[in-house]
Amino acid sequence: MTLLFDSADRSQAARACEDLQLGAMSWSLWGMLGWHDIRKRYRRSVLGPFWLTLSMAVLVASLGFIYGSLFNFHLSDYLPFLALGLAIWNFVAAILNEGCHSFLEFESLIKHVRMPLSVHALRVVWRNLIILAHNAVIFVVMALWLGLWPGFGLLEAMLGVVLLVVNAVWIALLLGIACARFRDIQPITGSVVQLLFFITPVMWKPELMAERQLLITLNPIYYLMEVVRGPLLGETLPLSTWAGALLITALGWSLTFAVYVRFRKRIAYWL
Amino acid sequence: MDFVIYQGSGRSLKKTLLHSSTSGIIRHDAQHRIQVQALDKVSIQLEHGDRLGLIGGNGAGKTTLLRTIAGVYEPTAGRIRVEGKITPLFDLSIGFDGDASGYDNIRMRAAYLGVSREEIERKMDDIAAFTELGGHLDLPVRTYSAGMMLRLAFGAATAIDAEILLMDEWIAVSDAQFLEKAERRAAEFAGRASILVVASHVESVLRRLCNKVLWLENGHVVKIGPVDEVLTEYRQNQHLDAAPANRDLEPTVGKLTM
Repeated sequence: MTLLFDSADRSQAARACEDLQLGAMSWSLWGMLGWHDIRKRYRRSVLGPFWLTLSMAVLVASLGFIYGSLFNFHLSDYLPFLALGLAIWNFVAAILNEGCHSFLEFESLIKHVRMPLSVHALRVVWRNLIILAHNAVIFVVMALWLGLWPGFGLLEAMLGVVLLVVNAVWIALLLGIACARFRDIQPITGSVVQLLFFITPVMWKPELMAERQLLITLNPIYYLMEVVRGPLLGETLPLSTWAGALLITALGWSLTFAVYVRFRKRIAYWL
Repeated sequence: MDFVIYQGSGRSLKKTLLHSSTSGIIRHDAQHRIQVQALDKVSIQLEHGDRLGLIGGNGAGKTTLLRTIAGVYEPTAGRIRVEGKITPLFDLSIGFDGDASGYDNIRMRAAYLGVSREEIERKMDDIAAFTELGGHLDLPVRTYSAGMMLRLAFGAATAIDAEILLMDEWIAVSDAQFLEKAERRAAEFAGRASILVVASHVESVLRRLCNKVLWLENGHVVKIGPVDEVLTEYRQNQHLDAAPANRDLEPTVGKLTM
């Protein structure tokens, strides 16, 4: 007979590892649930999730014209930059905001049936990745229209996306745990996200920040965004950008893992 | 199958999340946070064929014990060991989504409970036949009446084969027409399980289903033993406490929330 669980047969660290491993292996579960969340949001609408694409396209077009003329940019240069930046920013902001709910949202489920808790965080990341894919369509169309071809940059950007997603998972887990315990963190995150939008080079190019470069170099989101956006726009990224992104990944996961080992079994009690 | 709970589990909840303060042992810790010890020194062992009923007042720890067995709450002290696949049935409508069709809800529910896609597709016809909902199963469940919702939830919940079945209140329906059929199905469902743990206030249910009863009060085991013995003593105790003797009400549906 299969042993389902024994609360004393292994350390909390081993248990946290097992949770993450089983969570990752349950891809068919969170894959289905993530799709379900998207379908639920857009049920009965004609365009479905392509509403996201459409509204993002309108946003990119209007912001592109306004800021392009404010900053005196060439639109053929600025529009792809903006389309990518906004799509990635949307993903990051959604992970930060929805990450706060990764456990709260599924309270009844968590209290009902035992499953790896990481499944819930992965579900949140997956559904936002689906949204990111819909928003990426705008850049693809734009690139075809403008004749942009990133070449090997495409491969580099793929690695960047992997890194972005790996980071999204720890953010969703860590914020999920923190918000399950301290409900005040969610409104705080909300306002921080708003602020981050203005200090992250989404609408403006990093070169514009001649002074106060520290604002950029100390912004973790900048690195995660740049490893996807830079290569796709045909830029050669300095090694320091990749190093920064990898460092953030390592630090973030170390912190999250430590917290997960310590508090994983308390999460159900906190809900 | 060996289903062992070696040692009791204590559970402490922080003040902010305190939701069952009617019972349990409430105390303050060093940081002036309220802690509730929901279960203490509960030591039981269940084996293949065991049917355990849980009784006790509100907040006695019945649900906590069930959730601990389900692996939802990992004990803060003590040990729990479970062999076999657990099917928790605390809330009939778990994971139901009003906008999804009846079929989709059955599939989702199965996914949550770890039932494989193939198994649930195999059971689909059986569920559809039982619920008698026919074409309605293709419609979003928010268009269902309360009775139809219940049929769907009940049919889906009782279709799978449970090894270790945990129930918080016996499931039943109030629809007279449906009652007999539902009762039979529920009994079969429970009968297929290797181990059953059911919390109920209804003595007739416990007498019919169980071979053992565990009486919990304030998170402690008052008595565990054969059904008649424990129930008799429990009832005497209730009379001593001058508690209203409304324990033998017909089963009603405990939980159906959307």
